[in-house]
Amino acid sequence: MDGLRQLAMAPLQLLQDLFALRWYPVWRRNVRVWRKLAGPALIGNIGEPLLYLFALGYGLGQLVGEVGGLDYITFLASGFICASAMNTASFEGTYSAFTRMTVQETWNSMLYTPLSVNDILFGEVFWGATKSLLSATMIIIVASLMGAVHGWAALWALPVALLTGACFTAMALVVTAVSRSYDFFLYYFTLLLTPMLLFSGVFFPLDGMPGSLQQASAMLPLTHAIAVVRPLVTGQPLGTLADVSLHIAVLLGYGLAALSIASVLIGRYLHR
Amino acid sequence: MSTAVVVAKGLTKRYGGQRVVDGIELEVRQGECFGLLGPNGAGKTTTLRMLLGMTLPDGGELEVLGHGVPQQARPMRRQLGVVPQQDSLDPDFTVSENLRTYASYFGLSGRVLEQRIDELLAFANLEHKSGARIDALSGGMKRRLTLARALINDPALVVLDEPTTGLDPQARQVIWQRLRSLLNEGRTLIMTTHYMEEAQRLCDRLAIMDHGRILDVGSPAELIARHIEPHVIEVHGEGLDAWYGQQGRALAVRSERVGETLFCYARDERRLVDSLCEQPQLQFMSRPADLEDVFLKLTGRDLRE
Repeated sequence: MDGLRQLAMAPLQLLQDLFALRWYPVWRRNVRVWRKLAGPALIGNIGEPLLYLFALGYGLGQLVGEVGGLDYITFLASGFICASAMNTASFEGTYSAFTRMTVQETWNSMLYTPLSVNDILFGEVFWGATKSLLSATMIIIVASLMGAVHGWAALWALPVALLTGACFTAMALVVTAVSRSYDFFLYYFTLLLTPMLLFSGVFFPLDGMPGSLQQASAMLPLTHAIAVVRPLVTGQPLGTLADVSLHIAVLLGYGLAALSIASVLIGRYLHR
Repeated sequence: MSTAVVVAKGLTKRYGGQRVVDGIELEVRQGECFGLLGPNGAGKTTTLRMLLGMTLPDGGELEVLGHGVPQQARPMRRQLGVVPQQDSLDPDFTVSENLRTYASYFGLSGRVLEQRIDELLAFANLEHKSGARIDALSGGMKRRLTLARALINDPALVVLDEPTTGLDPQARQVIWQRLRSLLNEGRTLIMTTHYMEEAQRLCDRLAIMDHGRILDVGSPAELIARHIEPHVIEVHGEGLDAWYGQQGRALAVRSERVGETLFCYARDERRLVDSLCEQPQLQFMSRPADLEDVFLKLTGRDLRE
């Protein structure tokens, strides 16, 4: 009962802490660490999507031909932008955040200063979002060199990737909160993220799937990210303002709900 | 003059029905070094974490630096420095980057900060290590850097959880000197330790804790005078029991057998020593009573694990 009351109060407190901007030095710390290791990280960010786009786009593309009126590589690239935002954020919010929470005790030492748990969580969420934005940008650059991007409207995909990254970092932080070892993350990646990657329309359109699967897919945040990003990148019609608002609202909703849960659970862990 | 920096009344913490800290009363005065002593599991670290606003109490009142804790923990922490048991330094940063990043959590930056970092590096004897990676530092250097980090916001109160555990004698001496100079600057220190000689050297007053309660509070000298006779003679060797039955029992105020060793407590040790000198088969050591005797008397000699 106490937990539910805390959970109900969490969004309000989060909103307050968001605008207090105390999270900025936490974000900044992660940026500083990343800059030290940026070389290998960037190669991973460019190299991996490049390989996938080449292999799947050209390889499968030859067999598949057109998908929903698009070259397969164009179809794939637009989905990949979101998938890579999801992946980047999920790794940052689990393995890296867990290291800072437990092994390195980074968050503990932050709590000896005027920072609070919410300040730390916002710093982490915005850092995960920043990394997602970086990977999405890399893929858009690579995809445009391969001719898979149609027009400057694709740049509007970047803020969506940022939001997607924030949403998935927040969700990952919930997993981190209930996890007691790195092994636990495999459940999250295998049981939730992999199905999400396969059934959100990254690799193939969902129209041909059974109705129940389509309905399930409509519940997944990645589906909604792709619903906005794909038209922006490929030049297909975007849908009505109401449609777009719904997709964005789903991402925001998942993010805020996850962050509220993470705030309560990680707060309990750190203030135990 | 002696304003209270910490006032705790009836402070309680339960974990799953067990009272880990059981209604303790505590007062720490400004400018003193206050020690918390106790065996493992006595409740020292939990008490400390409650003072920092890290662990939320289940009962009682707590005021630190004039702020109610945990409600007002944020403004309190602006004036607080913490040296945790684990150094928890950022392994990806250099020595000076560690200080700079930590300062950013207090909103500190710019020229004044850079000057402060130089001062702190000098204070911690780490000027030549400013650009070094953390994994290149020795244990003592890491501990000094953690101490420097705790001072980045010029705190009025510094809380140290086992500041010298695991350090070699040279490294401990350096930490002790630094802690004394902090006291000379008028800062208040609260520390936990397992080392009795450390407590005896540094602490103006200390509390001995066990099973979540404070057993006694006072200066090291007061505690010794209150609980132990001024002299302790440790005796072992063949014929111990015979000597004890014939002479020792009558000469000692109080005595205690621990394994092969007999501890004799006395107000005047001379007659005991004379008697023991006539027993060449017995080895003995005569020494003044110390804090360890008090500690063992109050908390018992059973192993804690």
